[in-house]
Amino acid sequence: MGVFVLDGGFLTTIQDLGRWGFQKDGVSVGGVMDAFASRLANFLVGNDESEAVLEMTMIGPTLRFEMEAVVAVCGGEFSCQLNDQRAPLWQPLSVKPGDVLSIGPCHHGYRGYIAFSGGLQVPLVLSSRSTYIKAAIGGLNGRPLRKGDVLPLQPPRRVPMRRFDWGIAYRARSYIYGGEKIVRAIAGPEHHMFTAESVQRFFTTAYEVTTQSDRMGYRLRGAELKRHTDREMLSEAVAFGTVQVPTSGEPIVLMADRQTTGGYPRIAQVLSVDLPILAQARPGDRIRFQKVSWQEAERLYIEREHEMRQWKAVIQQKWRDTGGTN
Amino acid sequence: MMAYTIFPLCENALTVRFSNEMSEEASRCVQQLASLLGSGAYEGIIDIVPAFSSVTIYYDPLILGTYKQACSIIKAEMEKMDPTSLFREKRTIVIPVCYGGEFGPDLPEVARYHCMAEEEVIRLHSAARYKVYMIGFAPGFAYLGGLPSQLAAPRRAVPRLVVPAGSVGIAGSQTGVYPFATPGGWQIIGRTPLALFHPNQQPPSLLQAGDIVQFRPIDEKEYRMWGRDGCFRS
Repeated sequence: MGVFVLDGGFLTTIQDLGRWGFQKDGVSVGGVMDAFASRLANFLVGNDESEAVLEMTMIGPTLRFEMEAVVAVCGGEFSCQLNDQRAPLWQPLSVKPGDVLSIGPCHHGYRGYIAFSGGLQVPLVLSSRSTYIKAAIGGLNGRPLRKGDVLPLQPPRRVPMRRFDWGIAYRARSYIYGGEKIVRAIAGPEHHMFTAESVQRFFTTAYEVTTQSDRMGYRLRGAELKRHTDREMLSEAVAFGTVQVPTSGEPIVLMADRQTTGGYPRIAQVLSVDLPILAQARPGDRIRFQKVSWQEAERLYIEREHEMRQWKAVIQQKWRDTGGTN
Repeated sequence: MMAYTIFPLCENALTVRFSNEMSEEASRCVQQLASLLGSGAYEGIIDIVPAFSSVTIYYDPLILGTYKQACSIIKAEMEKMDPTSLFREKRTIVIPVCYGGEFGPDLPEVARYHCMAEEEVIRLHSAARYKVYMIGFAPGFAYLGGLPSQLAAPRRAVPRLVVPAGSVGIAGSQTGVYPFATPGGWQIIGRTPLALFHPNQQPPSLLQAGDIVQFRPIDEKEYRMWGRDGCFRS
């Protein structure tokens, strides 16, 4: 019982909220790129936020269901069809055996998430179901989905409904849109190694996401960043959203599959709440970094976490109101 | 305990840095703090990243509190650390290596570079005791200190597209073992049959920061008798 993969899409992997606790062994945290969309997708199908979902990139997969389930597709604006009928995003959808969910190209944003009631039940590897391609672990044999795969699914915990008429409001998903994105960041630990003009340029001019960008990091093109010292630094931990600058002077933003440590000076750190904006940027999009204070970053982080709790409560209430067996 | 600085890395991680340079003392402080906080005894600490001279601590701000609160908790724990105590028995891990031939295609080059016999390169490389300063770059990859200075060699001018898993290389004053097949520019002098990373073992990395590593030369016949799991089949 499960979901049959008719087409794997461009790059579709199983991800959860990351493989925490093994960075001392050199294991990347990985996990979803856009945690905002994936957490909401899980809430919409009645899951805990940490269940494994599908992360799709640019062109989504085509799936045939062999069982009843509730699914939700969130994130970038992908074409989405259920049995040749257009199906809404950011909303629970009930599917029955034989139904085919076809996700086409992404029109706005870059990545999407499909959550399944009960979550994808692939084995935990080092406490996570996230696909980590470099070490070939997690997800489905540590690789992207392809035609013929079967995704193991838990039988639904509640009776799927025939039709849902509620979902996430447009306002919450406006971060998907626009070719020039404003991303807030704090100054990084080594910002003082750069010339004052370079730091100024970094926080005022636009950078383009190049084609050399993937789940590990985005190489950006724009104003060159110069250091006033050649001092080498010792490798040290880097995080999701760390902006490091190799000797070429062009910044790299580290993303979900980043290495655990890095040795390049870090000019900035993108705010956690703005990482979903970056996750939805595609090659060719422009990014403007806006400097904020550490206090502001921390305040926004806590605010976002409370907001997620509210989303969860509101969606659970909706499930109860519409007859779900929560 | 050495003097240290603390700074935020991101909203849910802070770094405790003991020094800007590599030193025995800084490394000892790193291992001590990492094993103290990484014991799993602290609710709200979700990951620890020991590096050459710093430890980064990932935490859940909804449990541990804001950066300021997290700092004071960690500072209080550090006060309790006994600078004279041994944090852990130092383990010595012996890694069998088949030097030269198809497993170490750059051994002749390294020997030529230093005007020594290949046997002398092998002897020096396997006589030294190396310290694992940190694991990073890739799962199970150890940054080793202690390469004899006579063996330091520049990287290859043209990196190889694929360096097989287990390859033992030299780059500048570093030596190390590639846990996975990757592109790479290190001078490859040998290969170990051991897997450096086991996703189904705890801990998954064969080498851990603080370990001592020694390389033991083996011949091709013995290489073939080792399983990737570290079991020897005679």
